Amino acid sequence: MAQVSMTVNGKAASGEVEGRTLLSSFLRDQLMLTGTHVGCDTSQCGACVVHVDGQAVKACTMLAMEADGADVATIEGQANADGSLNVIQQAFQDHHGLQCGFCTPGMVMSAAALLKENPKPSEQEVREYLEGNICRCTGYHNIVKAIMAASGQDVTAIAAE
Amino acid sequence: MPKDGGIGASSKRREDVRFLTGAGNYTDDINMHGQAYVHFLRSDIAHGTITNIDTSAAAGMPGVVRIFTGSDFEGVGGMPCGWQVTDKHGQPMQEPAHPILAQGKVRHVGEPIAAVVADTLEQARDAAEAIVLDIDELPAVVDMKDALQDGATKVHDDLNDNLCYDWGFVEENKDAVNKAFEDAAHVTSLELVNNRLVANPMEPRVAVGDYARGTDESTLYTTSQNPHVIRLLMGAFVLGIPEHKLRVVAPDVGGGFGTKIFHYQEEAFCTFAAKACNRPVKWTSSRSEAFISDAHGRDHVTKIELALDADNNFTAIRTETHANMGAYLSTFAPSVPTWLHGTLMAGNYKTPLIYVNVKAVFTNTVPVDAYRGAGRPEATFQLERVVDKAARELGVDPIALRRQNFITEFPYATPVAVEYDTGDYHGTMDKLEEMGDFEGFAARRAESEKNGKLRGLGVNCYIEACGIAPSNLVGQLGARAGLYESATVRVNATGGLVVMTGSHSHGQGHETSFAQVVAEMIGIDENMVEIVHGDTANTPMGMGTYGSRSIAVGGSAMVRATEKIINKAKKIASHLLEASEADIELKDGAFSVAGTDKSVAWGDVTLAAYVPHNYPLEDIEPGLEETAFYDPSNFTYPSGAYACEVEVDPDTGKVTIERFAAADDFGNIVNPMIVTGQVHGGLAQGIGQALLENCAYDENGQLLSASFMDYAMPRADDLPMFDVDHSSQTPCTHNPLGVKGCGEAGAIGSPPAVVNAVVDALQSAGKDVTHIDMPLSPDRVWAAMNG
Repeated sequence: MAQVSMTVNGKAASGEVEGRTLLSSFLRDQLMLTGTHVGCDTSQCGACVVHVDGQAVKACTMLAMEADGADVATIEGQANADGSLNVIQQAFQDHHGLQCGFCTPGMVMSAAALLKENPKPSEQEVREYLEGNICRCTGYHNIVKAIMAASGQDVTAIAAE
Repeated sequence: MPKDGGIGASSKRREDVRFLTGAGNYTDDINMHGQAYVHFLRSDIAHGTITNIDTSAAAGMPGVVRIFTGSDFEGVGGMPCGWQVTDKHGQPMQEPAHPILAQGKVRHVGEPIAAVVADTLEQARDAAEAIVLDIDELPAVVDMKDALQDGATKVHDDLNDNLCYDWGFVEENKDAVNKAFEDAAHVTSLELVNNRLVANPMEPRVAVGDYARGTDESTLYTTSQNPHVIRLLMGAFVLGIPEHKLRVVAPDVGGGFGTKIFHYQEEAFCTFAAKACNRPVKWTSSRSEAFISDAHGRDHVTKIELALDADNNFTAIRTETHANMGAYLSTFAPSVPTWLHGTLMAGNYKTPLIYVNVKAVFTNTVPVDAYRGAGRPEATFQLERVVDKAARELGVDPIALRRQNFITEFPYATPVAVEYDTGDYHGTMDKLEEMGDFEGFAARRAESEKNGKLRGLGVNCYIEACGIAPSNLVGQLGARAGLYESATVRVNATGGLVVMTGSHSHGQGHETSFAQVVAEMIGIDENMVEIVHGDTANTPMGMGTYGSRSIAVGGSAMVRATEKIINKAKKIASHLLEASEADIELKDGAFSVAGTDKSVAWGDVTLAAYVPHNYPLEDIEPGLEETAFYDPSNFTYPSGAYACEVEVDPDTGKVTIERFAAADDFGNIVNPMIVTGQVHGGLAQGIGQALLENCAYDENGQLLSASFMDYAMPRADDLPMFDVDHSSQTPCTHNPLGVKGCGEAGAIGSPPAVVNAVVDALQSAGKDVTHIDMPLSPDRVWAAMNG
């Protein structure tokens, strides 16, 4: 067992982990930040995406010890300071970009990373960026729409309610 | 103008806020004080005899609480099957025992053999690796037709053979159907595979068992679409726990698509082990486990024939299907290829004679059961493919051939035992033609050709039976359950309501849409209505959510309970207003006396119900809480017409979806935004089946597509934006909301449109290709083109 310390959503966090403990397990089981979800064991689904030092990372693909000293952001820290939904979260609600909600934390975290590096992505760019995030409920239509809306683009021309 | 609140409004989903902030409460988020973890040792071979299990070394490993094997479950019930099909000779299906942990033999890769309970999951996994297990491998039966050969290895020694049942429907029509084929001017036949799929909700299954020694009460937290069904099956048939000592909770559930309907061994194990170990026991499926333990879907091999007269009227349909059951009967498996499939073979057409034969077969594969659509996609796919093939053989327009044979008068009794109450198949096809811009197709095709691509247009119709189901009818058909739904409406003193529904939401947004209905009925704000579901401790006995039944059956129960509330509230209001009850009107959340300006607010009436100082106590009881159970008198029959445009790259065989239009008739609609989202998701799964997804076994019964690395889930860049419309509305005539259900339509209606489009593209290039089996992966399409 080893001691790890990191900053998670702006607060200091630490714990004892095994060498094999994944960052996703550390967040969920020790810090009780259960918003980071685990939907697969081959780093395909993206439900566990968090930001580590500003980069989108699949938390099931990183050992907790590798994140020692890092600045980690999870879905729990994304809302505005007053607790209201941030722009991306609000766009997901406005455009029905989620159904069961299980892939949603990873989608929101990926979307945030995308918009940071590409503030006005095209539809195709959004779709390609989401290659590593699987959603089984929405058919992606409203997720893509929500992300484009969150980027400030007019999505009224895109079909749907 | 979009409506602001109530029925017909695209109200934003209230559940989204918790899901978007990481505050959902999924089963794996539940951790009990002192919980242990279980890891299942599963068979890695498809068929064999267990000759030795030695757990002694493993039992001494760090943290191990206890190791269970099949011998710990002798005398405990096996997994029950909830539907008994009677074969064409009047005999019951063959029904094998289905143990919680393997008893003597293993019959599919993934079958649980032993379970290690330990302080941590890592310790449980480590100890499982130290179990000494010897299995004498037996030949595996994988192919259904091989399984039915004389002398084939039997999956179950104590059954006669590998045939679960041989079902004929309608057996009495068989001779007349055969005669119609003899008399036909044209017969089109087609052999096809409806590929095996894995539902893959993004949340893997989880079970947490808990036991309270002081009160002898067991609680199971589980990823289920129907917690009451699990409580009944597990309590009564597996573990022998009376329902009043067993609570089942299905909290936020991350998608179901059918595969979370069924009662699974892991649920029974965790409940059993929590008592045996006297501490909570948790199991969280990995995705790898999910592939080999969640019930799979589809897996039919069918020959369908369509007979037409000289005027191209459909005169008869004859089908022969082999349906894979896997190694054991999952909870509702026998119903899927029979009553959920044969009864839909009329589709949208007035074919007078139909005969459906289904042979259900045991193989050494994971059990197969309902997956989104369940039987209806299989029916729709074969019917809409054979109709399309007939049109091409006859040289007639596929849409015209369909229109010519549409059912146009309702109610319509099909020759396959169901009666459609309403529909307007020309209406949805008209809408589709408008949406699909078929006039512009030739120009789009020319443009594609300019870019070196082939373009195809595929169209199909669908009908489905939803709102499952009239209990007395399904009882006659073999269901070992009723299929009503329930709701309790509890009005609080200050006027807010809690609706406790037997329906379950795992992505469908009931917390929003159900509240819209009650709010509209009373005329209050939606935020005054809370929807509670998923916990047997605080909801009335309900049958859960599947078969697009929630709003049609669960919503109807809620309407009936709310009507009872309103009736009682009117009595209270008439007392407060000193007026005749017959003169009391409820509008916009206030009760008024007709023709006067006297009124009393909703909140004053509800307060009077709980503070009955001025109250007709001699006539009615205090309080305002009502329960209703609603048993539908018929199925509902959503229908629609879909169009798909594809491009095929002739060099690689890769198919891309360029346009997809869906015109549905769901009857009345509560929340158009949610309905559209349901269609989007269904389309993605149907297109996934058509182009990408395939659950593949090798000849030894090894699952080849056992992870997201190998099983091709649709990704964002595999799909287009969808054009979805549900303005064609013929309301259901037999439920109070006039609703039909929308959850499965997209998955049912889309696969034939895709395949029809690819065939159209290839034939446009002069290729003699009449069919390609799904998924239409590049290698299959390329091989067909260059075959």
